[in-house]
Parts: sequence; C-alpha cells; structure tokens
Amino acid sequence: MTDTLKLSYYCPGDDFDRAGEASAKVKKALQRLGVPPDVVRRVAIGTYEAELNVIIHAGGGTVAAEVSGESTLITVSDEGKGIPDIEAALQEGFSTAPEYARQMGFGAGMGLPNMMKCSDEFNIESTVGKGTVITMRFYHRSEDL
Amino acid sequence: MQVKELTEKLELTLVTPGLKAEELTAEIAGGYVSDLLSNVMGQARPGQVWVTMQGHQNVAAVAALIGLAAVIVAGGAKPAPDTLERAAANDVAVFTTPLSAFAAAGKLYALGLRD
Repeated sequence: MTDTLKLSYYCPGDDFDRAGEASAKVKKALQRLGVPPDVVRRVAIGTYEAELNVIIHAGGGTVAAEVSGESTLITVSDEGKGIPDIEAALQEGFSTAPEYARQMGFGAGMGLPNMMKCSDEFNIESTVGKGTVITMRFYHRSEDL
Repeated sequence: MQVKELTEKLELTLVTPGLKAEELTAEIAGGYVSDLLSNVMGQARPGQVWVTMQGHQNVAAVAALIGLAAVIVAGGAKPAPDTLERAAANDVAVFTTPLSAFAAAGKLYALGLRD
C-alpha cells in the first residue's frame, strides 16, 4: 500500500449512545486494509478513549485517521474548553469528569494514560478556551519503532 | 473452553438477539472483572470473558472494539435494549446472570479460566 487513506468522523458532544462509532469505523477500515490485528486493537483502544474525551469534556470533536503502508496516524481535535494543566491530566487517576459519566464507568482518569500506553507516538496540545488536539501514531510493523 | 460451554456450566441467559448459544464456538482466553470501561479497554485481552454490572450500550462497544469473547452482566442487572441492539450488530455475546460478579468470577475460575 503506497497511498494514504484518509478518514474523518464527527463525534457529537454528550452523545454517549454514539460513543465508539468512529472507533469502530476506523477499526473496520484498518482490518479491510490488512493492518496487523494487534495494531488494529491498539488503534481501537486509543481512538475510543479520545472519542470519549471529546464527548464528555469538549462538546464534540473530530476523529481523523491517516493510514499509510507503514503507520496509522489518529488525530482527535476539538474546540472545547481546553486543559489547564496537561501534566496533571496525563496522570493516571486524575479526572475532571462529571458524576453522570463516572456512573457509566467512564471518568476514572485512565483515558489519556491508556492513549499514551497503546500508541507508539503520542502528542497533546491544548489551549484553554480554544480546544485540544491529540495525535497518536501506530506503526504497523515493530521494526518501524 | 468455548463460550457455549459456559451456558451449560453457569446460570447464564444469552440475551443478544439473533445469537444461538450452541453456535458460540469462540475459545475463551480468560476472564476480566471491572465496571470501569477504560480499565477494561486498557487491561482486558482479546478472547476474555468480561464480568460487569454495567448494562449500557458502551459495554457492547468496548467488547466489540477489543474483541472480547463474551460479556456477563452480573447481579441480576438487565442490559438496556440499545445495548442488545448494538451487541447484535457486532456479534457480541451478552449474558445475564443472577449470580453476583464475585460468584460469577469464582465459578469461571473454578472452571479453569485464569487471567
């Protein structure tokens, strides 16, 4: 595969019923392209966590995937309230999720740590009042690491 | 052990529309118990059985995304109708049981399932 496949999905804010739709579409596309199952699984985990974050915290956002022969790049961007203290937000257990999200089993402060662990490259940029952009790269072969 | 054998050995009711217990031949790789979805996303492995008290539709989404063998909704909790629709659309086997999560996990362990 030499071309780059680009996919983009909008995730509406506060819509838990549709949470996971973008991740499922990305997962299916990668499976069709023959990306190794372990990589597909890691992409699905990272994308789902990011998708949930924009649903819970940002009033919605966009999940974009760029798939080439060697890697998948996931970019999740929103125009939400932003993260005042990124260092704190990256700590496992730190959460600002509302009570209703916690009752559903979300908001345990594991989302960003999970994204860091499952991706090969992770970056987060956030500006209070403007929004957040997360990028995750997943290499398709371990020798690319 | 295959998923269908679970239904014979535990007090389970298959609630995913369109699935038949006798056709659930996926091999079970182990088990995981948690009600925190991110914990399941990060720690559970493909082929495991997930025991939870959560019954909302993100349970079906998580199970499908990470390739779990089955979900057991414990403690007599009833999964929401949209959970079952989403499970059916993704071929996720969802069971209910009157057993507590503790008892269900203990019985799975006694059947030889490990982590």
